[in-house]
Parts: sequence; C-alpha cells; structure tokens
Amino acid sequence: MTTERKSLLSGFMPWRASRSEAPAVTSKAAGPQGAKGDLMNEHIVKSYEEELALLDKKIAHMGGLAEHILGQSFDALERRDPKLAEQVVKTDKQIDQLERDIEEQVISMIARRQPLANDLRHVMAALRITGDLERIGDLAKNIAKRALAIAHESHPKPLMTGLRHMGELALSQLKEVLDAYAARDADRALAVWRDDENIDSMYNSLFRELLTYMMEDPRNIGLSTHLLFGAKNIERVGDHTTNIAETVHFLVRGVNIIDDRPKSDDTSSTLFSQG
Amino acid sequence: MTVETAPMATGTLIASRSKQDIQARIAKRYAAERRFRAYGVSAILFGILFLVALFSTILVRGYSAFTQSAFTLDVNLDAGAFGSSSPPTESDLLMADYTKLANRALFQVLGVDPANRADAKAAAALLSANADTQIRKAVLADPSLIGKSVQLTLLAHGNVDSLMKGQFDRNIPEGRRQLSDKQLAWLDKAAEAGFLAKHFNTGLFTYGASSKPETAGVGVALVGSLYMMLIVLLFAVPLGVAAAVYLEEFAPKNFLTDTIEVNINNLAAVPSIVFGLLGLAIFINFMGIPRSASLVGGLVLALMTLPTIIIATRAAISAVPPSIREAALGVGASKMQSITHHVLPLAVPGILTGTIIGLAKALGETAPLLMIGMVAFVVEYPKTPIDAATALPVQIYMWATAAERGFVERTAGATLILLAFLVCMNVTAVILRRRYERRW
Amino acid sequence: MLNVQTSEIENRAVKLGTTDGTKVHAKDVNVYYGDKRALFDVTVNIPDRSVTAFIGPSGCGKSTFLRCINRMNDTIPICRVTGKITIDNEDIYDPSLDVVQLRARVGMVFQKPNPFPKSIYENVAYGPRIHGLAGTKAELDHIVQTSLEKAALWKEVKDRLNDPGTGLSGGQQQRLCIARAVAVGPEVILMDEPCSALDPIATAKVEELIDELKQNFCIIIVTHSMQQAARVSQRTAFFHLGILVEEGATNDIFTNPTDKRTQDYITGRFG
Repeated sequence: MTTERKSLLSGFMPWRASRSEAPAVTSKAAGPQGAKGDLMNEHIVKSYEEELALLDKKIAHMGGLAEHILGQSFDALERRDPKLAEQVVKTDKQIDQLERDIEEQVISMIARRQPLANDLRHVMAALRITGDLERIGDLAKNIAKRALAIAHESHPKPLMTGLRHMGELALSQLKEVLDAYAARDADRALAVWRDDENIDSMYNSLFRELLTYMMEDPRNIGLSTHLLFGAKNIERVGDHTTNIAETVHFLVRGVNIIDDRPKSDDTSSTLFSQG
Repeated sequence: MTVETAPMATGTLIASRSKQDIQARIAKRYAAERRFRAYGVSAILFGILFLVALFSTILVRGYSAFTQSAFTLDVNLDAGAFGSSSPPTESDLLMADYTKLANRALFQVLGVDPANRADAKAAAALLSANADTQIRKAVLADPSLIGKSVQLTLLAHGNVDSLMKGQFDRNIPEGRRQLSDKQLAWLDKAAEAGFLAKHFNTGLFTYGASSKPETAGVGVALVGSLYMMLIVLLFAVPLGVAAAVYLEEFAPKNFLTDTIEVNINNLAAVPSIVFGLLGLAIFINFMGIPRSASLVGGLVLALMTLPTIIIATRAAISAVPPSIREAALGVGASKMQSITHHVLPLAVPGILTGTIIGLAKALGETAPLLMIGMVAFVVEYPKTPIDAATALPVQIYMWATAAERGFVERTAGATLILLAFLVCMNVTAVILRRRYERRW
Repeated sequence: MLNVQTSEIENRAVKLGTTDGTKVHAKDVNVYYGDKRALFDVTVNIPDRSVTAFIGPSGCGKSTFLRCINRMNDTIPICRVTGKITIDNEDIYDPSLDVVQLRARVGMVFQKPNPFPKSIYENVAYGPRIHGLAGTKAELDHIVQTSLEKAALWKEVKDRLNDPGTGLSGGQQQRLCIARAVAVGPEVILMDEPCSALDPIATAKVEELIDELKQNFCIIIVTHSMQQAARVSQRTAFFHLGILVEEGATNDIFTNPTDKRTQDYITGRFG
C-alpha cells in the first residue's frame, strides 16, 4: 500500500506544475461531442480527478515514447545504424516500466475509487491502450534487432522504399490515434480504424515483392526473411493502432465499433507457389 | 490552492502565540468548568439539606403517634351489671354501664376508695372516655364473657399518654397542670407495676375523627381517599388515554385541535382550588350529588388529573418511534390495528407513570376538597362513595388546627402515613416502568 | 404461500428464461407535499421477477415514488398524488381498492431494521394473523417457517423463535423484516435503503437474499450506494430533483448512461 502510494505521489509531483494542461485538452473536444458531454463537471473528490488526469499524462508520455522508438527503429533499419538500434532497445525498457506503472495505478484506482460509467471506461481504456503501446514498443524493438542483424548486407532500394512508406503510414496512424485519444475524438479514431486497410494492402504487396525477390535468388532469402518480419511487425503495429482506435471509440461513445473491420491482409491465404 | 493554505495559516496562528498564553487560557477554561460544577453540587447539597430537615422534623414529631398508652386491667363483668333478665337481651348489652366496670377495675389496681368522691373522679379521669366502648365491643363480640373476669387493654386518657411519652413537664405548678400530684403518683405506681404501658397504636389506622386525641385515627380518611383514587382511575384514565390517542393519532391538524392542545396544557397549570369551585358548581349545586361525598371529590380530582394523564400519554405515544407504525402499516395493518397492537403497548410504561404521578398528586390534594365540603367530622366509615367521607390530607389539615397536645404528634404521624403512600406509588411507577420498558 | 410446488415450478420457469412482463406501471405520477411538488410526471415500467433500483441524490424523490407504490404516502396528510399507478393493470389509487389489502400485496422493508418489540415468531406471524391467512396454529407455524427460510434466517433463529426480535443483530433484524414482509405473500416488495444501517457482511447477506427473492417477487429497491444498485439490480432508474432522468438496464446505466446528469451523478461529479 505504502509503496503504491509513493509511486503515485512521485508521479504526481512533476506533473503538477503543468496541471492546467489536461483539462484544456479534454475541453477542446467538447464542441463536436455535444450531448454526450465531455464538458464534464469536475469530480467532487479532487484527488480522483487528479489521478485520472495523471493516467492520461502517463499514456501520452508512453505514446510519445512508442512513436519515438518506432521512428528510430525505421531509421535504424534504413540507415543500418547499430547505435540507434541499441537506443531503441533502451527506450523500450522505459515503455515497459511505464506499462507496469499504469497497470498498478489502474488496479489501485479500481480498488479504491470503484470508477463507473465514463470513468470506468477511461480506466479500462488506459489499461488496454498501455497494453497495445507496450506491444508496439516490443515490435519496434524487434525491428531494431533485425536492423542489427542485417546491418552488413546490401539493401535493395525498392524494397526499402516500400518498407519505409509502410512504416511512415503506421507511424502517422499511431500519432493520429494518440491524438484522437487525447482529444477524446471518436470520429478521428474511427478514421484511423478504417485506414488500417491501407497498411494491410501495403503489406500484401510487400509480401509478394519479397516472395518474388527470394524466388529470384536464394541468396536473398536471409535478408528477405528479416525484411519480411520487419514488414510483418509494422503490419502488427497497425493492428495495435486499430485496437487503440477501437478502445478510443469505446471510451468516448460507450459502445464498440459495429461494422466489420476492413481486412485486406490475405497473406495468410497466399501460397508460395502462387507467386 | 486556497484550501491548502488555509490550515497552514491557522497553524501559524496557534504557533505564534506564546506557550504561557495558551496555558493560561487552558487553566482559565478548566477553572470555569470546576466553578460550574461546584455551583451544581452546592445547589444539590442545599436541596438535600432542606429535605433532611423537613423529614427529620416530621419524623421526630410524628414517630410517637404510632404508640399509645393503655391500662391492662382485669375487668370483672359480673352479671349484675347487665340487667335482670338472664341471658341479658341485646339492649341490656348495649345499655350496660361499662364506664362503671372500667372504673371499678382501675380503682382496684390503683387502690382508690370508690367512696371518696374526689379521688374516684380524679382516678376515672385517667381512663379514656372511650374505655366503655372498648369493653362493650369485647362483650358484644363474645357475650359468654359475662360473669367472668376478663383482662382488657383500655386506652388511657390523652394527658396520661402525653405523660408517658415525656411530653409533660412535671415542674409546672400543680394548679396549671393537667394532672394533679395525686394522679401523677397513681400513674407512676401503675407504670411501675406494669399495667400502664405503651402499645403499638392500631387505633391510628382504624379510628375515624374524634375530639379526643387517643381515639382519633386516619382510618375513615384512608377509606375516603381510597374511594377517590378508585374514582379517579375509573374516570380519568380511560378518558385521558382515549383523548390522547385521538389527538395524537387521528385528529387533523387545524385551528380547533391546536386550541384544544393549548388549553389542555393550560389546564394542567390551573390552580387546584379552581377545580374545587367547578366541582361545587357542577357536581353539588347542579347535579345534586351530596356534599362531602367521595364521589364528588373523586370526580373533581379526576378532572384535575385529566390534563396530566393526557399530556403524559401523548408524550408516551409520540415517543414510540414512527418506524414501528410504518412497520405495522407496511404489513397491511389498519391504522387502528397499528395503534392497539403496537403503539399503545409500547406507550404503556409512559402512560402508567403519568397516571400514577397524577394519582399521587390527586392523593395529596387538599384545596379542591375543602371547596366541596370534605372538611367534615366523619366518625363512621363511608359504606358507599356517596356517603360523607374525608380524605387523608384533609384529616391532616383538620388535626393541624386542633389544640390538644396529642393532635400535634398525630398530625405529623398522619403526614408520615401520607408520605409513605406517595413513596409507594412512585416506587410502583418506577417498577412498572422498568418492567414494561422495552427497547426498539 | 402454501402451494410450494407450484411456486417452485414457477421458479424453474424463470430460470429457463421465461419472460415476465410489466408488474408495476406508473404514468405521469406527480406528488405534492402541500404546495411543493416533489415528483414531476414520472412514467416508468417495472418488470416482474427482477430487481429495479432507484438511485439519486437525497431529496430527489426516489423514496417518495417508492412510497406511492404501496400508498404509504397516504399517512402524510399534506401529501397528494396524481397520475396513475397500476399493479397487474389494476389501478392502485382506485377509490374502490382497499389500501390495507394493497399493502398486503406490496410489502415494504424500511431503512432502519424495525422489528416489532415482540418475539421473532410473533414478528413474522403478525401479518398472516391480521389478514387471516392461517386457519390453524400448524398453518401459521408453516408460514412462519417458510417465510424465515425465504429470508435465509431460519437456520439462525429456529431454536430461539420466542426470543425478542430486537435482540438479533442488525443484519438479522433486517432479514427478519424481510421475512415479515414475505409472510403475507406479497407480489411486490419495496425496499427503502435496506442496507444503509448495516455493516458490509450483513449487507452482503441481504443482497444475496434480494438476489434469491427476485425469482418470486418484483423487487424495487431505493439505495444510496451506486455499487449496491449495480450489484443487485437488473434495471436502474435515476431520479434527480423529482424527475425520472433515466431508466434502463443496470449494465447500460453504469457503463454508458445516456443522460449527462446520470453520468455526473454516478461518477461522483455532481455539483
């Protein structure tokens, strides 16, 4: 109990100075939301309000870190920069620590505050989003590791460009969904969710290209496999981003997204011989 | 931010004051508290002092009333005293000269010559005028005693009684004394011989009014008081409880019921003499019930007690928690059922206490009874409530105005009896309350 | 009460998912205390064999509305009720309807446990006795036993039925009050903050009991504890300033209420 409180308090202090930030973000989204009303009154219990804001703060921080190492991992892959790759691994540890932090806070809030309605959704969303962000961090780390593995091989330009585009798209999606979370904007989250289709289709085409590349010359198989896994990792970052988008939608609207999720990742049904 | 700074500001305020200052204030507060306690304790001690003084005075004055001096004499009931017919007729028994028999027995033990007229008269004066009645009673109870010599305890005269109780100053010159030197000599002799002694005074509880202190008792007054208490119970309790239940549970809240309520509260504070006037006007002059009857007294006292009972009952009813009423209504009891099954049983201890306190008040009431002529010299026990009767406090009042030395102690003694009754009633109230009091 | 078999069959039907329709229906109910209006056009359907919770801040009218359903408000002289409340399509404010009979059909459990200061047996037997539900002592014994069993109290008190009901613990007293309400065979049971005076364990026992009872009764509970409403009820109605703001499935109310006032209230933002 005491350790938990201490960790909460240590989290408090640096944040306190910039306290006015958090409500400002939420109130910005109030306009379009209308009756649903994120124009919330403050909690009667102030410390509760503060804990919720702290949760958002931590998620924003974690999201920023995830974005950061994802970008770095792409750079590492492209530039074959082992130092950058090592930095990614280091930053991922921070992300893991943050995840544990947030988890702990959520558990203590559920135990002590018994959040209901939008607060309940808020806390649950935080828990789910941290999980997704942590996975994104792991995937970035994985990409960075692959960058280390293929650092000394030549990179075929067209393949790298495709990978680069895919990565940039995934990164922008992640950025967008984190903004949507901060702004409590369900429509933006829904847009991100729909746009995941693009990443999937890019992955499809990259997959075919890599297959062709490997079939052309068996010596390329080693490099191609790493690149293929890299692509797969980016595609899975996209999936986690969609998860976050779903969570944001649930957080704001209180219901899950109903229409079928666009799926154009058909690699699971693509046979080797088809190439 | 202001919330956080506020307690800090207070903190500095307290801290800024010097330690001595704070201690001085604290000492002052405690001193004030001690002073207040001392006032309270002294007030109570003062009250206790007065109570003790009152009780000890009454006790000292009154305890002697519970003994009475009497001669134990062998009375020779020779047949010659009862007329010529044998066996003697009823009228013979009633008409016989019992005084002569009593005197003869007394002369015998004192060694007085009946032929000496002055001596005989002085000796006869030592016996109570009631001595003949005592012998007659014994003979009427058992006519077979005639012709035998029977040992009887005959009351001594009031003056003898005073002497025996040490209330008599022998140093007063003979001319101004109630008893002559000769009489004193006889009495000393009799007391020494053991046939003049003090006995427990049963007469105090059985006799009625009398002009002779030795034959005066509160018996008749007790019966009168008992009748009145019964009448109060019969009239005031059902009326009072019914009125209280209606007012508390059924009556709508409006001007009329408010007025009634205020008036009931005022009635409880009306001087009791006013009730006496009311009784005189209505029960005696208008309804024609005989004066001095315990029925009138009872009705007047019932009227006087009614507000007390209504107020006590209402308080008891409103003290029953509404949750009990709701519980009863909630399972589908009607209003009437909820009152009779739940509210009234829970209010019983309060009603009982109120009633008994009211009765005790009525028992000790004198003023209204004076108004309706219960200050009567009643010797005979009242057989019905419409016979003339008197009441215990009225009896005390009458004795207090009597001159004889014997009545002074009787006044205090009767007061003790009255107090004993009041204490009994209050103890009963407490016991009933304890027994029926239930938690909810 | 006596045909236990049929009620068990009904139980099973409920468990198998037989749907029950509206038990209590209120339409445009207004309540006035003198000039002050306490309830504004409350319209609600309350389903049978389920628990419906009324929540809301103090003085919001939830208890007032609850007390309309068994006409307990009749005991307050200045209280006036307009609108229509029906139980099984029968208007309970119909002049021909006897209020005492109504209260036998609509039992009530109060905020503070209020057993009569009598024995446990007498507490339960009182209702059946005044309604003449038992012809013989054996029948009365049977009613007392089944009622106490339904209130999950029989095991604890069967050896001391003649002990005073006020000697039980707070939780037991409240269950005794529930047994007393159940004994007259009601259709609807109203509970006015039944656990507010109880400790958490006793509260849990009463909540478990409410869960059991909903198989046979239409239960309406007023509570200040949102968690309690969330735990025991199937439907929840939120009252605020005499207005029924929102009524719906408990799940929806507590995860995603549609009205902002509801949301503010249940998340502790009421200001």
